Amino acid sequence: MDAIILQILNGLDKGSAYALIALGLTLIFGTLGVVNFAHGALFMIGAFCAVSMQRLLNLSYITLDETQKDFLGNPLKVKTPYVESWFGPDMGAAIIDWSVPLAILLAIPVMIVVGIVMERGLIKHFYKRPHADQILVTFGLAIVLQEIIKHYYGANPIPTPAPDAFKGSFDFGVMLGFDPNAIIYPYWRMVYFAFAVVIIGAVFAFLQFTTFGMVVRAGMADRETVGLLGININRRFTLMFALAAAVAGMAGVMYTPINSPNYHMGMDFLVLSFVVVVVGGMGSLPGAVLAGFMLGILEAFASMNQIKSILPGIDQIIIYLVAIVILLTRPRGLMGRKGVMEE
Amino acid sequence: MFGLQKKDTTLLLVVAALALFAPFLLNPFPEGSAMAQFNAGYPDLMQRFVIFGIFAVGFNILFGLTGYLSFGHAAFLGVGSYSAVWMFKLLGYNVIPGIILSVIVAGLFSVVIGYVSLRRSGIYFSILTLAFAQMSYNMAYSVLGNPTSNFNLTNGETGLQVYTSDPQILASAGAPDLPHLFGLTMRSSYQLELGSWLFTFNAGYYLCAVLLLVSFYVAIRIFRSPFGLMLRAVKSNQQRMNYTGLNTRPYTLAAFVISGMYAGLAGGLLSTMDPLAGAERMQWTASGEVVLMTILGGAGTLIGPVLGAGFIKYFENIFSKINEGVLHAWFGFLPDGLENGVIWVVEHFVGPGWHLTLGLLFMLVVTFLPGGLVEGGQKIAALLSRRKSKDTDNRATQSTPAE
Repeated sequence: MDAIILQILNGLDKGSAYALIALGLTLIFGTLGVVNFAHGALFMIGAFCAVSMQRLLNLSYITLDETQKDFLGNPLKVKTPYVESWFGPDMGAAIIDWSVPLAILLAIPVMIVVGIVMERGLIKHFYKRPHADQILVTFGLAIVLQEIIKHYYGANPIPTPAPDAFKGSFDFGVMLGFDPNAIIYPYWRMVYFAFAVVIIGAVFAFLQFTTFGMVVRAGMADRETVGLLGININRRFTLMFALAAAVAGMAGVMYTPINSPNYHMGMDFLVLSFVVVVVGGMGSLPGAVLAGFMLGILEAFASMNQIKSILPGIDQIIIYLVAIVILLTRPRGLMGRKGVMEE
Repeated sequence: MFGLQKKDTTLLLVVAALALFAPFLLNPFPEGSAMAQFNAGYPDLMQRFVIFGIFAVGFNILFGLTGYLSFGHAAFLGVGSYSAVWMFKLLGYNVIPGIILSVIVAGLFSVVIGYVSLRRSGIYFSILTLAFAQMSYNMAYSVLGNPTSNFNLTNGETGLQVYTSDPQILASAGAPDLPHLFGLTMRSSYQLELGSWLFTFNAGYYLCAVLLLVSFYVAIRIFRSPFGLMLRAVKSNQQRMNYTGLNTRPYTLAAFVISGMYAGLAGGLLSTMDPLAGAERMQWTASGEVVLMTILGGAGTLIGPVLGAGFIKYFENIFSKINEGVLHAWFGFLPDGLENGVIWVVEHFVGPGWHLTLGLLFMLVVTFLPGGLVEGGQKIAALLSRRKSKDTDNRATQSTPAE
């Protein structure tokens, strides 16, 4: 029993990332009808927002400390981050420590701008082109974004630690009444899962309970009629694209303490997220979230040693295998709507 | 000639001439001159041109004719490479069995994948092929490549290669210890010095070139056959085909298998170039590369994929060689401030930044020139002759692909 719970928990963090990216992909597909292969790159840009924030906060000036000498007898050079001199040493150190969560504040405006520029500058011209063209042009864009990041941040992963308060793990099993040390779970993964739930809930609430969301949902159902009612649906769809970019970016920011960001992390996630979207059903938001968590947890189960000893290598292929089976038995995916992508 | 129309015969002859005289044509700059680094006439690069040309020609039979966008063709390339190396290990270094087996195995493999994937179309097809290719890649990398197990098909991270302990039952005593064709090693080359030019004629290159010509000829025949017409019909409107009571799946499956066999042939040839097959050949970025080549050259045209493959492989090699020193030599005539500025800009696009250029170029081509280089050439030709370019059957790229 405890082993099962442990694997479910292990699958949650990856599942959260899949769900968040797939949610954005589905949102873009459902509103604009565009297959966005650059969505993984947006996730990656979000992750590098965290790196930039960390670097920004660590910007420091150098002073000479006459009281201390280095081994040559010269006054010691002391680096003081600007943040510490503005807010005092304690507060400043705390701010630097919290750079990853703070990076969300940077990521949201950056991603919204990136999203709007991308949609207005490029994707707009591809609404009426075949899906193959959309895939190809966004694939090209993904390469470009990836190379720009690689040029400025290098090819190596950059460690971005979580705040001290969330470092380490805790014994989750004891809370549920199992033996001590049965279920050890890192704090940050719990934070990531909670964060994903909040974001997903917020997106759904936004679509369900605001007038803006209602118009967007109406536009997803029948774009032309909404346009005929005198509503500028294109502008709202652009904003939805920006929202999807922001969701991917925030997912990237919060993912950095789990895996140090590198320039190709977006591509790695993109392939899997597409599989997730297709399994969930193109155009279905609940389907994307459900499939994201489901596949993340399945992957965790498949990497258990007991299962690997029976079916070696199953952990590497389980997601693709599930996707193939589902696509062949349920062509619309788990929760796909009728008429989407079936023209 | 060969049952081709006059125009296609000309095209085939042009390609044949280009392939045969490539060692001359690709070496236009004399040895030791400043421009010598733009020479592409060395065996390794020429072989890559031709091998990826075959790969792209095959991919075009599927994507260009039927409109099915496969994102998993690298799997067949990888399978072809592995089977060729296995033939080297088991039978000996003669390349003929290796090439034959790589085509057969890739064909069988594509029958299986195609049979399953072609049940869906549009983006679902793309995702299914991608899933199969990633599965093959992951398995080749981990389970099937575990050196300690008895079932070590791919040798994992190290890559499959020939060891002295391998049986090689057909290897005769005097045969060379390298891939060879009845004693003629693939690496042997004849060098011809004419003035300050040095031309290299490589045995491996000519083997690949001959196979390219054969595959190109087969591709022309397919394009012009009733079968090819059927595939084009699938691209323009599959639904209507189904309504007329025709089952299109055998046709699409046949196209899929043919293009898979082309990919297998290319993979086998890669192994004859260098008898070491690694799993990274199956990764999805490799599948993306062949898509790029086909689109860049012009999907649905005969010559396009070969051009695209040559273009990408050439610039990949040449652009990545350019470094800061070279740039300083080029822009040295500019005033200092301007020179540094220009170099700072150009630097992003050359050397390790070559992929950035590729991505940008690709976006531009897809956006403004959906017919690729071939369409660009036709537009320029039309502009020059001031005549409206006729819509030849070479340009079937504008119709919407099958969804």
